[in-house]
Amino acid sequence: MANKAYQRIYTQLEAITKATVSLKAKGVSNDEMATVDGRLAQVVKTKGDLVTLQIFAGTEGIPTNAEVTFLGEPPTLKVSDELAGRFFNAYGQPIDGGPEIEGEKREIGGPSVNPYKRRQPSQLIPTGIAGIDLNNTLVSGQKIPFFADPDQPYNNVMAQVALRADVDKIILGGMGLTNDDYLYFRHEFENAGALGKIISFVNTTEQPPVERLLIPDMALTAAEYFAVDKNEKVLVLLTDMTLYADALSIVSNRMDQIPSKDSMPGSLYSDLAKVYEKAVQLPDGGSITIIAVTTLNDGDITHAIPDNTGYITEGQLFLRADPDSGKVIVDPFRSLSRLKQLVIGKQTREDHNQVMNTGVRLYADAQNAKTKLENGFDLSDYDLRCLDYAKEYATRLLAIDVNIKIDEMLDTAWELFAKYFTKAETGIKQELIDKYWPK
Amino acid sequence: MKSTGKVTGIVSNLVTVETNGPVSQNELCYVTSGDTKLMAEVIKVNGKYAAIQVFESTRGLKNGNDVEFEGRMLEATLGPGLLSSSYDGLQNDLTTMTGVFLKKGEYTKPLDEKRIWDFTPLAKAGDKVIAADWLGEVKEGWLPHKIMVPFSFKGEYTVKSVVPAGQYTINDTIAVLTDESGEEHIVTMTQKWPVKVAIKGYREKPRPNRIMETGVRVIDTLDPIAEGGTGFIPGPFGCGKTVLQHAIAKQGDAEVIVMAACGERANEVVEIFAEFPELVDPHTGRKLMERTTIVCNTSNMPVAAREASVYTAMTICEYYRAMGLKVLLLADSTSRWAQALREMSNRMEELPGADAFPVDLSATISNFYARAGMVILNNGKTGSVTFIGTVSPAGGNLKEPVTESTKKAARCFYALEQSRADKKRYPAVNPIDSYSKYLEYPEIREYLSEKVGKGWPEKVEKTKNIIRKGKEANDQINILGDDGVPMSYHEIFWKSELVDFIILQQDAFDPIDSLSPMERQEYMLNLVLDICDRDFKFEDYEECRNYFKELINLLKQMNYSEFKSDRFVKYQEELNNILNSNGK
Repeated sequence: MANKAYQRIYTQLEAITKATVSLKAKGVSNDEMATVDGRLAQVVKTKGDLVTLQIFAGTEGIPTNAEVTFLGEPPTLKVSDELAGRFFNAYGQPIDGGPEIEGEKREIGGPSVNPYKRRQPSQLIPTGIAGIDLNNTLVSGQKIPFFADPDQPYNNVMAQVALRADVDKIILGGMGLTNDDYLYFRHEFENAGALGKIISFVNTTEQPPVERLLIPDMALTAAEYFAVDKNEKVLVLLTDMTLYADALSIVSNRMDQIPSKDSMPGSLYSDLAKVYEKAVQLPDGGSITIIAVTTLNDGDITHAIPDNTGYITEGQLFLRADPDSGKVIVDPFRSLSRLKQLVIGKQTREDHNQVMNTGVRLYADAQNAKTKLENGFDLSDYDLRCLDYAKEYATRLLAIDVNIKIDEMLDTAWELFAKYFTKAETGIKQELIDKYWPK
Repeated sequence: MKSTGKVTGIVSNLVTVETNGPVSQNELCYVTSGDTKLMAEVIKVNGKYAAIQVFESTRGLKNGNDVEFEGRMLEATLGPGLLSSSYDGLQNDLTTMTGVFLKKGEYTKPLDEKRIWDFTPLAKAGDKVIAADWLGEVKEGWLPHKIMVPFSFKGEYTVKSVVPAGQYTINDTIAVLTDESGEEHIVTMTQKWPVKVAIKGYREKPRPNRIMETGVRVIDTLDPIAEGGTGFIPGPFGCGKTVLQHAIAKQGDAEVIVMAACGERANEVVEIFAEFPELVDPHTGRKLMERTTIVCNTSNMPVAAREASVYTAMTICEYYRAMGLKVLLLADSTSRWAQALREMSNRMEELPGADAFPVDLSATISNFYARAGMVILNNGKTGSVTFIGTVSPAGGNLKEPVTESTKKAARCFYALEQSRADKKRYPAVNPIDSYSKYLEYPEIREYLSEKVGKGWPEKVEKTKNIIRKGKEANDQINILGDDGVPMSYHEIFWKSELVDFIILQQDAFDPIDSLSPMERQEYMLNLVLDICDRDFKFEDYEECRNYFKELINLLKQMNYSEFKSDRFVKYQEELNNILNSNGK
């Protein structure tokens, strides 16, 4: 973003806050990028001649006579096939020591797909994790977050899911990643020999938080290039969206906006939807699937960030530690994939739906038995069998370290049903019992 | 002479304009930005400065850009061809737009101007007419679509001429009317109406006096909604709001259905696009899409147009109501609209009300709900708009401004509950918290007794009582343990489970169970109540549980069988055998 000769340079700031500066300038357009004392900034407000700029890197040390240059365009990313295998910062500048990207300059945060031009998602994405494939099947074109407490290994699970998924490109949008996690992702991708299909946009905790706001738009602009122009299947990983939302609230606070629930900006729903709704199945075969991470505070999903997210995304994958099996599991009650019905029994075996429902129902019976036990009531024989079943079900199917094919998951479930229950207790349709009940 | 102006300030989609002439509140204007023109609406005026909300992204807009005011408010275009259409919030036809992405400043015509319609006149020269009177009709699908005297015509007119039956396009003249001063006015098949103003043009708005079947048992049997009534469905995410609304859209006994997808997921609209052209309307045997209009402004489309989308949808409903039709409006979700109002109010730096929503939120919502209703037209025929909206309460907490404001405005309340959804008891409507105020209307009670069955309202109350008593019994069992309560508690609890499994729960994905006409609902409720009236003898609670589980299983099989088919009868016989072996 080099300065052009005819550009006017301003040197008189009227006001400075922690994240913004204001100055008198003319001919400035909304959302336009600028540099202030060499730092990148964006126009967020104009009022008469007074222009307010948001400075991504913060305003520490900015003098009132700082040089301000307007760049005449909104934030952009150069897109081409050269993006593959590269690592970038929030501004789309390489951080891997490689050369600048040559390609077509595209505005980030562009328009939405006409809903009428979308297609219904229909392609299953297998992950090998039974808590996902069996109970909460993912579909390409879906948008779904992991809801997890900060101590859960969500980044590891996400990396695994990404590497096992059958997609053409994986785009990582890292927001507030610790340097360790950033290196972990890099290492995992390299080890898997998958670097060639991975593109990363990373903002680490060492970098200013407001920069994060650019990450999803950068990642999704690259995703749209491959999905729309190249008809590829693209998987976008966004971690951690809670830190993205925190950055939104910092900016809205600096701009004196009235906060709504949990100090979040009133526009939080629209801001998050703008990101997640980029997930799409396109008519020509390309697709963008978004898997995100929303970290929770002590499992609280009523907080504004997970709550608004839940209303936008097509389900959520809830990770929790299970004391009975000693493993981290995908919670079958609080997790949901809204699109699973589009592929279950259609691209998977006919017994999938019934096995899934029965498995979860029996697991729920075990929870009831557990409550009875805690309240000091006697347990029936059925209750005891449920408890044993639950432990094995959690270990062999719900745990995130499982990696098997969907047919194997179904067979394992049948094996557990037969081990602990009678045919009648499962309540499964007779035809399926006849065909799949272990002999 | 239209006023013009220049942009003087921009914050997101709120733009300040210095005007050079008169502008009115809610007046439409276009802002020039590069080579596109962006539609916007005046939302506040202060001296010569007007605050406008732009219905598109304002990226690239500059101070000094030109603004042209249109001298009219945001209008819906009304005429034959609205049905089966898919619009955005500003009534642009989404199907005729080019490109995969929505282009800024691309506006498309709502109605096909080349399409030929078979017109039949209903009025003749010399007739005295007023606004909304019928001049003729065309067949839109299988519906008689009336061509009316435009709603904006004031006073009485004399029909000078009406064209003879024949083929015309929407812009052809179909009648000439003379007003009281002798001036002639041309009428075509299309007219425009400002969306934020309710269409009147009817004689009176009586209290609703009959129910509208939705095919959903927990609504029709327990808390029926009146034709021309209002209801709302609040619920946390994942409780099945959208599935329930889609179920109503598929089975509701309405002639026209308008679905407003307001600030929700695009893939949900895609589902409608994919399914509705294939699915059959159970009442007419025609394709569902033929009676459906979709107005969608999904969550990633410009926020300001969200508000417009619900008003556009309501205006289309009122238009069809004026033809004497039974119209159903489904809006998902009104919370997103309220949030859009909040975003604008915030940018205008207004003093906020609760949770930063604008203080007039409650009034805005009630005004909107008040546009629904049954009406008696000038010719004595009736038409109705029934409105069911969903609300997405933050954190699933019903004590938040949008839910509370809507509760004051809507007459039916269908509370979706997380714990029922967790147990997969769908539709997850809580039967105790939900209510229908229409059950208190004497005219509705009379209607139900007459049309559904004698003493029906009393039976409904009795059913609700069984559910309440069952919940109390269950609470006691949970506190004192299975052995700590008398046998009768178990029986009371299992009778309520019977009602729950057979009447309340319904499989929205099963082709037979998903559609339950009133006749069938009456039959099943009588069957269930008959069982609940019996006294049983059980040795212990295990026997009681197993016995009722068996009853539930058989009754469920009946729900899954064609009404009164051989299978259905066979299960009922089995049921009777079991009942005769116990109970008196």
